[in-house]
Amino acid sequence: MEKPLTQHISSNHPWLNLKDYTNVGGYQAVHRALKSMTPEEVTKIVQDSELKGRGGAGFNTGMKWSFVPMDDVRQTKYLITNADEMEPGTFKDRLLLEGNPHQLIEGMIVSAYAIQANISYIFLRWAYKKAARIIEEAIAEAYAAGYLGKDILGSGFNLEMHLHTGVGRYICGEETALLNALEGKRAIPRSKPPFPQVSGLFGKPTIVNNVETLCNIPHIVNNGADWFKALSMGSDAGTKLYGISGQVNKPGLWELPMGTTVRELIEEHAGGMKPGFKFRGALPGGASTDFLVTEHLDVKMDYQSVAAAGSRLGTGTMVILDDHTCPVGFVHNLEHFFAQESCGWCTPCREGLPWTEKILLSIENGEGRLEDLELLEMHTKYLGPGNTFCALAPGAMEPLQSGLKYFRADFEKHIHEKKCPWDEQRNGSHLY
Amino acid sequence: MLSPKEIKRLDQEIALVPTRKSACIEALKIIQQHRGWVSDESLRDIAEYMEMSVEELDSVATFYNLIFRKPVGRNIILLCDSISCYVMGYKKIYQHLQDHLHIKFGETTADARFTLLPNACLGCCDHAPTLMINNDLYKDLTNDNLDEILKEYR
Repeated sequence: MEKPLTQHISSNHPWLNLKDYTNVGGYQAVHRALKSMTPEEVTKIVQDSELKGRGGAGFNTGMKWSFVPMDDVRQTKYLITNADEMEPGTFKDRLLLEGNPHQLIEGMIVSAYAIQANISYIFLRWAYKKAARIIEEAIAEAYAAGYLGKDILGSGFNLEMHLHTGVGRYICGEETALLNALEGKRAIPRSKPPFPQVSGLFGKPTIVNNVETLCNIPHIVNNGADWFKALSMGSDAGTKLYGISGQVNKPGLWELPMGTTVRELIEEHAGGMKPGFKFRGALPGGASTDFLVTEHLDVKMDYQSVAAAGSRLGTGTMVILDDHTCPVGFVHNLEHFFAQESCGWCTPCREGLPWTEKILLSIENGEGRLEDLELLEMHTKYLGPGNTFCALAPGAMEPLQSGLKYFRADFEKHIHEKKCPWDEQRNGSHLY
Repeated sequence: MLSPKEIKRLDQEIALVPTRKSACIEALKIIQQHRGWVSDESLRDIAEYMEMSVEELDSVATFYNLIFRKPVGRNIILLCDSISCYVMGYKKIYQHLQDHLHIKFGETTADARFTLLPNACLGCCDHAPTLMINNDLYKDLTNDNLDEILKEYR
């Protein structure tokens, strides 16, 4: 089984420096693209590979690039890596950043070439201190070797690369909020259109791609679109970094063919549930995805199959809900996060999320009424797609609406018994 | 008053961006690095140098949770309170921290040794519960290893 993204990353070895990376064939895609391909050819091969954005939205990457206006050759353009990994339950980009930074840098060079961007940024979340140190060193190595800077490999193509570390806030991962953060403003999402591909950072054409997305680019350029598509076992192309956290025997992260089933991930790779714990459900791709439950264990983890099951692949890193954890408390924790991280710009999100959080807390504390469930359902409509500036509130509503659907009996039990049924198991203390 | 050292760092950042104002987050980070937090006085100093109104700069400073507009202790504990750490029992760790340090989220110990803050997902969910102290990440926390970890910070 091929694992292009992680094959050279090992927890027993330090990160791959420039020498290690070139020894395993690194930077060949830069040679190939800059010396023997036109920018249009690079975009075409990425489009043909059907690579979809790995940050959560799952949009065709090559198609995103194709919206960048290419006619004015003198215009400044930007390529930005979104390394603001902060979706609760998600820990996949950290591995790529800390393990093989040159793979990302190479992907950025090739991608910047495709859209003819001469300035690039890595927007890294504050908490990834180790990644920041490693990336800074790797960028310096790439400059020294002539892979960054002026006239790269004599091709006439120039590219500057900067590392920008954030100062917190989940919303910075939303691509237009990220642009505002890079411009030194409050990270509030922008109204679209215009899309960043046309008017992005400082009003210039800009592409923002996720770390895992960009790390795939060198492999696609080296091996071709058909090779990439053949890596998958599902409806979407390539491999995927899948993760599992929660009460399983071996929580972890694995690069596997796109379309690996939920069951295989939990039972084989994560070693099954811990003794004494039962599976009740899972968020397949981070906090802002709908629950999957037992009936979905054989769903393939690709964009189309997970969507057909009523959820989203999201980041592909799964959080497990077990039978020792109260589903109401679980969903309350998620809504607390979203309420806190709302940027406050648009009303449904700013006002609706704190209400949702408060209602859930009162139910969890045994002070809920049956009408509260209707009120929560109303929120899932009013805060849903089409009513807000960005995807934060609609994302927040996904685990709530599916939680109400699959765990309704647990919600009702809280209301009827006027307490959390999980309280007694923990001697009345809310320690878990 | 900004020190010559601070001004030198600010100028380096300003040189990298198209407009002076767009370096203001970097400016806040630099001043916080030098002074520990961003006081009203610091804010006025930075705003003047960045050619912004104090209000505009404060709107940026208060947006980001890791720019501190109140004094903090010598060491900052960021305890992850997001979903994987919730499932794996971060509340036990929080209880332990409260019992030993006698502070809640948002508070600083009387000796200014620690400030305790909640933090969204630290991206280490397969080793939950997790926390960071200053620049260091700690994972697979238990009440026992927590005591050992805290000893390192004076």
